[in-house]
Amino acid sequence: MRNLFISAIASLALGTGAAFASEGGHVEDVDFSFEGPFGTYDQAQLQRGFQVYNEVCSACHGMQFVPIRSLSEVGGPSLPEDQVRAYAADLTIIDEDTGEERPRIAADMFPTVTGDGMGPDLSVIAKGRAGFHGPYGLGINQLLKGMGGAEYIYSILVGYEEAPACAPADFDGYYNVTFTSGAVPDECKDENGVSTVPGTWFAMPQMIFDDVVEYADGTPASAHQVAEDISAFLMWTAEPKMMARKKAGLIAILLLSLLSVTLYYSNKQLWAPHKGKKSA
Amino acid sequence: MSGIPHNHYEPKTGIEKWLHKRLPIVALAYDTMMIPTPKNLNWWWIWGIVLAFCLVSQLVTGIILAMHYTPHIDLAFASVEHIMRDVNGGHMLRYVHANGGSLFFFAVYIHIFRGLYYGSYKAPREITWILGMLIYVAMMASAFLGYVLPWGQMSFWAATVITGLFGAIPWVGDAIQTWLLGGPSVDNATLNRFFSLHYLVPMILVALVAIHIWAFHSTGNGNPTGVEVRRTSKAEADKDTLPFWPYFVIKDLFALAVILVAFFAVVGFMPNFLGHPDNYIPGDPMVTPAHIVPEWYFLPFYAILRTFTPDVWVVMLVDWVTFGVINAKFFGVIAMFGSLIVLALAPWLDTSKVRSGRYRPMFKWWFWLLVLDFVVLTWSGAQLTTGIYAYISLIATTYWFAYFLVILPILGLIEKPLTPVATIEEDFNAHYGVKSHPAE
Repeated sequence: MRNLFISAIASLALGTGAAFASEGGHVEDVDFSFEGPFGTYDQAQLQRGFQVYNEVCSACHGMQFVPIRSLSEVGGPSLPEDQVRAYAADLTIIDEDTGEERPRIAADMFPTVTGDGMGPDLSVIAKGRAGFHGPYGLGINQLLKGMGGAEYIYSILVGYEEAPACAPADFDGYYNVTFTSGAVPDECKDENGVSTVPGTWFAMPQMIFDDVVEYADGTPASAHQVAEDISAFLMWTAEPKMMARKKAGLIAILLLSLLSVTLYYSNKQLWAPHKGKKSA
Repeated sequence: MSGIPHNHYEPKTGIEKWLHKRLPIVALAYDTMMIPTPKNLNWWWIWGIVLAFCLVSQLVTGIILAMHYTPHIDLAFASVEHIMRDVNGGHMLRYVHANGGSLFFFAVYIHIFRGLYYGSYKAPREITWILGMLIYVAMMASAFLGYVLPWGQMSFWAATVITGLFGAIPWVGDAIQTWLLGGPSVDNATLNRFFSLHYLVPMILVALVAIHIWAFHSTGNGNPTGVEVRRTSKAEADKDTLPFWPYFVIKDLFALAVILVAFFAVVGFMPNFLGHPDNYIPGDPMVTPAHIVPEWYFLPFYAILRTFTPDVWVVMLVDWVTFGVINAKFFGVIAMFGSLIVLALAPWLDTSKVRSGRYRPMFKWWFWLLVLDFVVLTWSGAQLTTGIYAYISLIATTYWFAYFLVILPILGLIEKPLTPVATIEEDFNAHYGVKSHPAE
């Protein structure tokens, strides 16, 4: 029995190879409502986040894998259906059958946005970026905090700073301390070509400022609040069934625990006639 | 069935007799389930059931996933998102399938190391061992093929890197790689054939598993003492064994239930823990990820593959002797496959007369060092290939080969093993005490 538990612990320690291979800049740990085994999405926050996506991000970012109708799903922003239909109708799409442009319906996806200067698709970006790699790269804290994708997005959005003095004024991009896969000017590298500054230059300019949106629910729209809300919304678009999944996991664990107890005593009783008293 | 004397199925009713004459299928099921099993099996013997469960679970979830998946480079990623969002229970099916692969490998590694410790591979169970190795290789093939299907960045680049291994073979490598990919590079033809093969390989697995079970039912199970069940009479065999059903079925199911609690904690609360974030970025031939890292269960062999760089003297020597035919890349590929071959050859490399590691005082140390070595290889497979990591993985790789090619053969000759218990019954009673009968 003891060996079984050792095995289980070893599995957690062993099974972390893939998760921690990349290193990044500083990621702020935000206390999101959806963290941990019992965490849930905050409906009001998702609605605010959707407003931010709609008014700010959607200019340059599509969400081609997310159906518009899911905005009204339980566990998501749960917007009223007529509101979702009205939102869809404001967007257009080339109809696959007729080849003509028509207003979108709720069953269509969010737009696909590509082209020069446009950003990556945001459908699953919160799962495509990891913020946390855990203590010693083991990532065990993911059980309580998730992969940190939402934290990564938050940190990027509030991670813009004055460019370091070493950089030429006309260097392309915007200096961001969380973004580490961008370019760094040669003037900011040492003789070995290693960057001497913590961040890199990011193609996306700073978009999130205080009061960049005026929230429908009256929440004060500080830059940090806005960044948190959009990050939470993007976590939801990436993992819309998270709450259903956690519930399923919890029920499975409860039932299997019951089954384990039942089987433990069945096994004990079954073997008892064949075992003598342990001469400890 | 196992050569161990035991009761056989006797058809009683008319219909049973009728069926038995034509197809003795009930007898087969009876003999399989009632096989006399050494009663001293410890908890390391439960992983076979876990593996059987994994196989069935992967088949069931996989068949349903295939109903909703589209093997086309423009649609695969979107179809996976469709499964995650719109298919009833699709997100659970996919996460159970993806993490099920990890449980499968976790279980098989413990199963293999159990076999190494207790000498399960030794005569007369060599065929069981070889079949097990074939199962393991088929599992690896299936897992690799399956990982390509979501067509994320890691899928795409894993396909590129792994088929590149075959490209390293001298003269015919390029042709083989092109043949595997269905074209000059990873493309739609690759995805299509990988999907087809991902469906085929598990069928082969089912067959191999059936023969694996047949093989050890023919020889009888091993056990922690390595002492065989007494077969001279049924009365004696009964003292060493209990039937598989219900004693071991219930015991194994209990262990399985406990393991599944941990499994569903991962699936429910951290389903992407073992995955790589890059695989949520659609595959893009124009963008190479900063680190191409395989799934955790491939890391030990990935470490062995990568460790033989051109500056290792063995590689330089071989390169020089073979006029450059075996260069560093091909050497790495040979080493990786070689590391599996030495594992498969363990029955013939181990010269010890004593089967179980329990009675081998020197062997124990080397064995646990091998376990540690495996963990180190897993770890180093995920690290960079520079600096201290290069030395660590080279040392760890050297030990892996040394264990099988040097230590196992020599230990058997120089080690003075302890005397094993005379019978399984004796071992069982030493653990649980002699059963006091009511009359006593």
